[in-house]
Amino acid sequence: MLYFSKLRVFSVLIFTLIISYFTISNFTKVDDEFFSKNIKLGLDLQGGSYLLLEIDNEPVITQRLQSKVLEFKKFFKDKDIKVRNFVIEDKSIIFDVENSKIDEVKSLLDDDKSEINPYFQQYKSHQFNFENMDTSFKLEFSDYGLVLLKNSSLDQAIEIVRRRVDEVGTNEPNILKRGNDRILVELPGLDDPGRIKSLLGKTANLTFQFISSSSEETFGTEKLSFEDGSSEAIVSKRIVLSGDNLMDAKPTMNNQTNETVVSFSLDRVGAKKFGKATSNGVGKRLAIVLDGKIISAPEVREPIIGGNGQISGNFTFQSATDLALLLRSGALPAPLNIIEERTVGPDLGKDSINAGIMSLIIGFILVVAFMFYKYRFFGLIANLALISNLFLLVGILTLFEATLTLPGIAGIILTVGMAVDANVLIFERIKEELKNENNSIVAFDSGYTKSRTTILDANITTLIAAVILFFMGSGPIKGFSITLGVGILTTLFSVYFIARLITAYYVIKNKHKEKLI
Amino acid sequence: MKTIYFNKFYKSFNILSGILIIASLVFLVFKGLNFGVDFKGGTLIELRTDKSSANITKIRDSFNQMNLGDVSVKNFGNETDFVVKFEKQNSNDPQFIEEIKTKLSNSIGTVDFRRVENVGPKVSAELLRSGVIAIALSLAAMLLYIWIRFEWQFSLGAILALFHDVIITLGVFSVFSLEINLSIVAAVLTIVGYSMNDTVVIFDRVRENLRKYADIKIFELTNISINETLSRTIITSVTTLLALLSIFIFGGEILKGFSLAMILGVIFGTYSSIYIANPVLVSLKVSQRTIVKEEKE
Repeated sequence: MLYFSKLRVFSVLIFTLIISYFTISNFTKVDDEFFSKNIKLGLDLQGGSYLLLEIDNEPVITQRLQSKVLEFKKFFKDKDIKVRNFVIEDKSIIFDVENSKIDEVKSLLDDDKSEINPYFQQYKSHQFNFENMDTSFKLEFSDYGLVLLKNSSLDQAIEIVRRRVDEVGTNEPNILKRGNDRILVELPGLDDPGRIKSLLGKTANLTFQFISSSSEETFGTEKLSFEDGSSEAIVSKRIVLSGDNLMDAKPTMNNQTNETVVSFSLDRVGAKKFGKATSNGVGKRLAIVLDGKIISAPEVREPIIGGNGQISGNFTFQSATDLALLLRSGALPAPLNIIEERTVGPDLGKDSINAGIMSLIIGFILVVAFMFYKYRFFGLIANLALISNLFLLVGILTLFEATLTLPGIAGIILTVGMAVDANVLIFERIKEELKNENNSIVAFDSGYTKSRTTILDANITTLIAAVILFFMGSGPIKGFSITLGVGILTTLFSVYFIARLITAYYVIKNKHKEKLI
Repeated sequence: MKTIYFNKFYKSFNILSGILIIASLVFLVFKGLNFGVDFKGGTLIELRTDKSSANITKIRDSFNQMNLGDVSVKNFGNETDFVVKFEKQNSNDPQFIEEIKTKLSNSIGTVDFRRVENVGPKVSAELLRSGVIAIALSLAAMLLYIWIRFEWQFSLGAILALFHDVIITLGVFSVFSLEINLSIVAAVLTIVGYSMNDTVVIFDRVRENLRKYADIKIFELTNISINETLSRTIITSVTTLLALLSIFIFGGEILKGFSLAMILGVIFGTYSSIYIANPVLVSLKVSQRTIVKEEKE
């Protein structure tokens, strides 16, 4: 185990130097993308906010079932099958079929190529599962139908979330899917997530509906309250225009009233619809409804034809800016709930970095001093291995742009403490071998060979723990598992290539010396 | 080096460990663990006050007036820093934290919120479950590894040692009501790795010696093996403890629990490798035939 070919020595050196370079590149500035990589700091070290959002899919499911009911009605009408008593109940559609057509309906729903109950060809599962009792049918989303629905609402939601976060203009936000109904938002450097939270907490469903008295409406009416909670109004259920037709929105000053308002412009379809509705509705009050609350309900004085309008409603400049932003970014398919939030201020982050580095330096010095005290010259070799180990570890983390967290720093320090174990095992073994062996080269060689399985065993156990943590842990803890796991690999490298190389060189030079270790 | 007769004390230390394990289990069952917001849900605020006149009582009083459920206030590091935890979590209300801050500044002067954690009940339940799964999975993985690498007698010894370390470490956390959070799970997993590592080193030597000396009884043989690996055991424990002590003392408040759990784990892990793992081999009457038989198969 003491023989090294020239090529091997060379490659070990080159490898160590290249990786170590990346460690140093954290502290220097080079104008080259590849050569000036930096370790990424986790939110706990650089400060920032972590938000976990969960989509509330209930409304989406109901909506989808409602439109499915319309689809069914049309579908059966075309097929000349009489169906009646459609009800949506408990996330399922229930309807009755005339007696003679039960089997036909069954086969229509069960057919692999069913148009009305699709997906089977693609996913080996229909969109809906159904039960049949006498003339009654009950349809429920299948697991796969539900997954597809959730995925599509997640895709839409993440897009809207991204637009809203981008509009606020935070520094390098990180927005990721988690499972099929969650979105993770990481906002580095943001120490007060209040504004983002209020922006993400709104669905931003904008509609224009006429205020009306109940008797004259064919579409039905609903009672909505005003945003400020002052009063309520009866509103027609007919939606004149929705936020989908909005092209742009921005906060402006109304010159006549000196009030902050949100100006919007509509696309062509929207402008047409809006023009027609306002022409017919002169003199009526048009309610502007956001997420089921009336922002304001001005009287229509004249038809609004150009497709431009204003929303007034006691805005401050900030609230008008936020509303405009919400309208520009579009409505979420479903409400989002913030189910986890972690915010670290920049001060604490800095303190954590300092404390982490301080304990790394002190821990390192203590371990190095102890090793030197125990083994003298071979302690120096172990320490050299330890130093290169540190450089390799930080270098690899930098190269892969891993995220360093506070527990990650703890993992590095722990690596320092545990890394010497391998060298200790080897040195102790060599000492034992030297008791029965006069040829020191043979003793060193068998010391390395005989300790090898033990060292592998010992490191694999820690590696197993690190791998499990990596897959089960989240955030900062993941950072710990990465440094611990990579630390084991660099430890083995530094022990078996660097320390052994130096040891071999030294032993071969001094083979006749008494009491080598 | 002089031989130390560890094996003389196998019995007495086994009794001691037995008592410690039972005591730990009693505490774990009847007193339970002090779960932090990660696992219990709720809100944690780390705050720094302007002057040191703001004391715990004052802060607790002003929080109690805010109707937030059960409030706990603790000093955190230096005398101007505090950690406040309460049951209520309302992360959907964007003004929730802001309002608390305003009310607090009115009663005790300027405060800086250094850290806010808000964990909903669903997430905390999931975190707890995945924490338990992670620990169970790591124990299972170790079992599998050691079962592949060694004979079953050795596996049993190593696994008993592992359970010993994890149970007693958690027991200490229960006795002193120390907080269990995500980083403690990481610590426990690392302890599992370390304890196994330590046991494996001694076991490797026991197995080697079993092959070498056919006529030495396992009772003696474990002692020889422990002695032969003793200086390694000490040096590695010392360097690991030095590193951990450095984190404990200089690494800041956030890492205190983690490093404490690790320190306990390393101490128990080192102890159990000698006094739990080896006596198991003795009571299972492991001999040269145990390993020779396996190798023939």
